[in-house]
Amino acid sequence: MSLIKETDYGTPARESDKTVTLEIDGVSVTVPAGTSVMRAAAEIGTKVPKLCATDSLDAFGSCRLCLVEIDGMRGTPASCTTPVAEGMKVHTQTDRLARLRRGVMELYISDHPLDCLTCAANGDCELQDMAGAVGLREVRYGFDGANHLVGEKDQSNPYFTFDPTKCIVCSRCVRACAETQGTFALTVDGRGFASVIAAGADDGFLASECVSCGACVQACPTATLMEKSVIEHGQPEHSVVTTCAYCGVGCSFKAEMKGDQLVRMVPFKDGGANEGHSCVKGRFAWGYATHKDRITSPMIRDAITDPWREVGWDEAIAFAATRLKDIQARYGRGAIGGITSSRCTNEEVFVVQKMIRGAFRNNNVDTCARVCHSPTGYGLKMTFGTSAGTQDFKSVAKADVIMVIGANPPDAHPVFASRMKRRLREGAKLIVIDPRRTDLVRSPHIGAAHHLQLRPGTNVAVINAMAHVIVTEGLVNETFVAERCETEDFATWAKFIAEERNSPEALEEITGVPAAEVRAAARLYATGGNAAIYYGLGVTEHSQGSTMVMGMANLCMATGNIGRDGVGLNPLRGQNNVQGSCDMGSFPHEFPGYRHVSDDAVRQQFTALWQAELDPEPGLRIPNMLDAAVEGTYKGLFVQGEDIAQSDPNTKHVTEGLAAMECVIVQDLFLNETAAYAHVFLPGTSFLEKDGTFTNAERRINRVRPVMKSKTGLEEWDVSCRLATAMGFPMHYDSASQIMDEIAVLTPTFKGVSFEKLDRMGSIQWPCNDAAPAGTPIMHLEKFVRGRGRFMLTEFVATPERANRSFPLILTTGRILSQYNVGAQTRRTGNVAWHPHDVLEIHPHDAEERGINEGDLVSVSSRIGATTLHAVITDRVPAGVVYTTFHHPMTGANVVTTEYSDWATNCPEYKVTAVQVVRSNMQSDWQKEWAERETEQKRVAVAPPAAE
Amino acid sequence: MSAPGEITIFVPADTAARSVGADAVAAAIGAEAARRKLPVRVVRTGSRGLLWLEPMVEVATAQGRIAYGPVGANDVAGLFDAGFIEGGKHALGLGPVAEIPQFKRQTRLTFARCGLIEPLSIADYRANGGFAGLDRAKAMKPSEIVAEVMDSGLRGRGGAGFPAGIKWKTVSEAAGDTKYVCCNADEGDSGTFADRMLMEGDPFTLIEGMAIAAMATGARQGFIYLRSEYPAAINSIKKAIELSEKKGIIGDNFRLGVRVGAGAYICGEETSMLESLEGKRGMVRAKPPIPALHGLFGKPTLVNNVLSFAAVPWILANGGKAYAAHGVGRSRGTQPFQLGGNVARGGLFELPFGAGLGELVNDIGGGSRSGRPVRAVQVGGPLGAYLPPARFDLPLDYEAFASAEAMLGHGGVVVFDDSVDMAAQARFAMEFCALESCGKCTPCRIGSTRGAEVIERLRAGEEPEKNLRILNDLCEVMKDGSLCALGGLTPMPVKSALAHFPEDFGPATRSGAS
Repeated sequence: MSLIKETDYGTPARESDKTVTLEIDGVSVTVPAGTSVMRAAAEIGTKVPKLCATDSLDAFGSCRLCLVEIDGMRGTPASCTTPVAEGMKVHTQTDRLARLRRGVMELYISDHPLDCLTCAANGDCELQDMAGAVGLREVRYGFDGANHLVGEKDQSNPYFTFDPTKCIVCSRCVRACAETQGTFALTVDGRGFASVIAAGADDGFLASECVSCGACVQACPTATLMEKSVIEHGQPEHSVVTTCAYCGVGCSFKAEMKGDQLVRMVPFKDGGANEGHSCVKGRFAWGYATHKDRITSPMIRDAITDPWREVGWDEAIAFAATRLKDIQARYGRGAIGGITSSRCTNEEVFVVQKMIRGAFRNNNVDTCARVCHSPTGYGLKMTFGTSAGTQDFKSVAKADVIMVIGANPPDAHPVFASRMKRRLREGAKLIVIDPRRTDLVRSPHIGAAHHLQLRPGTNVAVINAMAHVIVTEGLVNETFVAERCETEDFATWAKFIAEERNSPEALEEITGVPAAEVRAAARLYATGGNAAIYYGLGVTEHSQGSTMVMGMANLCMATGNIGRDGVGLNPLRGQNNVQGSCDMGSFPHEFPGYRHVSDDAVRQQFTALWQAELDPEPGLRIPNMLDAAVEGTYKGLFVQGEDIAQSDPNTKHVTEGLAAMECVIVQDLFLNETAAYAHVFLPGTSFLEKDGTFTNAERRINRVRPVMKSKTGLEEWDVSCRLATAMGFPMHYDSASQIMDEIAVLTPTFKGVSFEKLDRMGSIQWPCNDAAPAGTPIMHLEKFVRGRGRFMLTEFVATPERANRSFPLILTTGRILSQYNVGAQTRRTGNVAWHPHDVLEIHPHDAEERGINEGDLVSVSSRIGATTLHAVITDRVPAGVVYTTFHHPMTGANVVTTEYSDWATNCPEYKVTAVQVVRSNMQSDWQKEWAERETEQKRVAVAPPAAE
Repeated sequence: MSAPGEITIFVPADTAARSVGADAVAAAIGAEAARRKLPVRVVRTGSRGLLWLEPMVEVATAQGRIAYGPVGANDVAGLFDAGFIEGGKHALGLGPVAEIPQFKRQTRLTFARCGLIEPLSIADYRANGGFAGLDRAKAMKPSEIVAEVMDSGLRGRGGAGFPAGIKWKTVSEAAGDTKYVCCNADEGDSGTFADRMLMEGDPFTLIEGMAIAAMATGARQGFIYLRSEYPAAINSIKKAIELSEKKGIIGDNFRLGVRVGAGAYICGEETSMLESLEGKRGMVRAKPPIPALHGLFGKPTLVNNVLSFAAVPWILANGGKAYAAHGVGRSRGTQPFQLGGNVARGGLFELPFGAGLGELVNDIGGGSRSGRPVRAVQVGGPLGAYLPPARFDLPLDYEAFASAEAMLGHGGVVVFDDSVDMAAQARFAMEFCALESCGKCTPCRIGSTRGAEVIERLRAGEEPEKNLRILNDLCEVMKDGSLCALGGLTPMPVKSALAHFPEDFGPATRSGAS
């Protein structure tokens, strides 16, 4: 293994139908029209010296090292900014060029510290490389002149430093912040010789608008912007390409290693999802994997009030198997079940659901998608025929109108947000439907054409009103509907939606959105060219989540905005492998590939291969498991990589259910909230130890490769196999690759997938089968998966959760950039610098009415429970709405949320809870109990207790 | 338009005239006339450009406009006493304006109306040939307008001398619905003031030129990028735009806006100016893409200097060929030269290309103001070459200057007498570049600072051979390696000073090496 050095072609690739042939140093090369001379040279392996050019950024032309001579052209043009022309004859090495380049380098080095040997970039510095390339031998100016050699290092960012003394003012960081990331936090301050890079208004990196995506660090050719981990450990010596384990964007990274020490994560240019970009989580927040809190040894205990006892794998597995079998003997086969993890690999998920169906002999398997995107699965299957986003991420670059509904990509899907923002800066129009004024609504060089700031819980009313406008104003794409959709269903739907009660005017009072705004947005969506919808949990986590998904699908079909590049309907998946865990058969009614368990033919296939009797009846969903546990009929649960005691709604009910069970097995990296109720703790592996695949929100199957040995001694899938085997259902695989081979046999959409093919192609978007051996970037091209698209009726039904005099505000929940989900990972990294606590956003009007000042401790109480947190007063939320996140367990946001859920899928209504907010001077009862439990129920015995 | 019996007296309101007391003179004339109960109307005009005569007062008489100057407020009563309102004789009397030798020998095409008319009077403007070009253009196809400009041989007056017709044609033929015309009025060269004088004294000429350009290119929006140091010009051009819109001369088909710069010399470079117009930091853009195809907000954009646009109304009114009849070689038409520095008779003189440099400096300018021998002139602004009297034979012609490693630039000529230290001037060129560099490209950003340091070492006599070699190498890197003309031309004054005045640079150069 060696360090992967990707070729830097200097300027971005150009797409063109036309090609141009030219000659560079006598060698002929043919490239697309518009390509730079520099890139053309790089294509044939000719290196033109450069410092300000890098192929992720537009050519800038500032360093003047890449000058060339071109026959018939005056002077010495810069090869980065000069486009190729037919028949051009370029010379990259002449005496004159050598003189000029050496002269430029002499100037650079006359203002640069000569500390190469002790510099953190030694061996990985483009300035050093260029000094060598141009043969700089002396700096005749001396070092007594004006310079920037004295300067304070900015170490405020937790992950990287900025050393102005090493800066060559190439602006790559400024341009990366603008072009790649789209944050515009960096600028050049001063001009001429006084030019220096400044973050914000020279606030320092941490205090500036910088979102710590790392694009500037990546772009910096010197040690000016440098990872602290490299400063600490030195240069890495080998790298492994793998996939980030945070959000559903699924960025590819090079894990750069020194032995088994991870030195840094560098976004991979060939990564299909991210193409070389990253966010603060994937790029920097990986330290949790080796955090001291991590548990690497199996543990068991008889009762949850006992301290944990470290044991060997065999003892832990035997203990768990015995307990589960005992429960089944006493309470029946259906008294146990399991929850798969959206953070684990496809292979691990597949094996867990196989264990449950084969060894537990029931279908009591569910997954955390239940509480996030299950309505997506239902809604898209009903309308289009399959449960997945329709586009690849790249598609957004072809969109003319982008409608973002109930999603906050800059915070939750930052790398995709950067793509989207780039397109918006190019001129695409933006519609945001969100109760909250997210950063997308107004940010540098971006402004939403329409922000429909609806009341939480009225999504369906808004989408119906938009559809009403489209149908009644004659904006339906009749040809598309006639050719591609079920016309009778369309007619029924059109009649329904045209009814006056669905008009924007009739619904204005319910939604709070001015009718004229809805009309304008609908017209824009229908007539603005390629229109694409991106949505998040603000759509699904409602009592009408599935209805809303279908409402959006109706809109796509009615306007023909589906089935090609630049359009579509796209769920932004929360966790790294939500798509994959759903694909792998994590639902109680579906086998891998979304096929119903009652389908005899399908079941027969599994029975034959697995040699197991399989239950034809669907099993329990997570809420059903918990209800049954409280009722006393459900007693054993295997939970992998999910913390339902923190993440699921109505925490009190969840913990009651857990406490009522006789065997809770938690497999995780840390003793999480759920583990406080567990009897068996099986240590899990971090993504840095896993071998397998994740599937991202664009159905892209990416390889996850181990960069270090499992810290637990076992592969995570092997643990499930051992448990299944101990329960009497032998399961064994030699490798993760073998599991994928079984997945391919049993899952039609994965038929053509193998590790060998993934390693060859980099990644594959399913369906990958005989018809599409290279995968399917965009779905429903010729026809819908279900044949014809189906319009579904979407009657608006208000949620039963309503504000009243006692609970006058609506609480809605969401995420922020630096933290992730329950925070188990990010809270154990430097990311706490940005978000040390969850806070409650409250409108100034609501705050004043309650005498609440900025930073006050406030109590948030619902009909279910209460918690306290600190208030932030902001008009980002409208009056009547408060907002918080659930990244910290102590916050207990879900102590407040209710059990109302989506009518079709039971996805909880996290987004609408009626609450009252008052000033408080102490923690809630729940928080006090939590603090007690935190010490009591997570104790680990120092040594095994001595025998009496 | 004077009432019968009314006496019209013209006093410039030009900033240069005001700086030497024109306002007080105008006030004194008004007061004196009132005291004497004379029906005098004082009209504030632009300047005729004869700056050593300012404040130059003109009186309308049957024999034409009779000039007096330089007039002080104290002279006013005496002038009245001498009957100047009828053109009476007086010690300050200059005779008919047209007969003042330094005025008479000019060919005033672009500046024909400047100083003659009331700047914000549309009637005055029209009565003196204004809008004739626009009227003719209205009956022409865009390609025909472009052809006239092409025929005229007009070259960009901002300094680069790029053929205007080719630029107009490129923008005119560029694809796209949205195009812009932008006027570069960020006149930052030391010793230049022609743009200012025109905008103050005859603003409609610029507006007319830009309106014709809009018709030729298909632009519907124009911007004038005007430096903040020119408050009177800003005021005058804004009012002229307002009046033009009111009269429907421009309007729905062509909107014109003024954007005021913030004091950066580099924003006079066209791509930096576009960045600044977009609301960004004034940084030079790499070319290609050229602004004609990818300019303001990424749209095809015609960027021309004030003087280029201001030449166009005459060209359209009289034909491109008539304009091209003036000048020599590939330098056609006239150039308003601006003579300043240590000179006896400074001012603006519009001459056809081809006149001699010495003719301008000595015959018109009258040599140095100090009376000491002229030692050098710098032509073309702070980045232009220093030339000794030995080169006064050079004709004022783009190509002749280029072959002498000099340039005409925006037409500024600054005179120095024999007390000048040319090494200090060379260092100043580097210092100017260091101060005004946008900081984008390395040769300009670091090179200019190093250049000043090296010249200082030379002046101090430190390792002269070595430092001279370094300076020459640096000049090559800056000239060939810089991104724009600021860094690229800074070596010109340095090298010319070294070439023509080696004795000022210390021992190494005194021996003749350079």
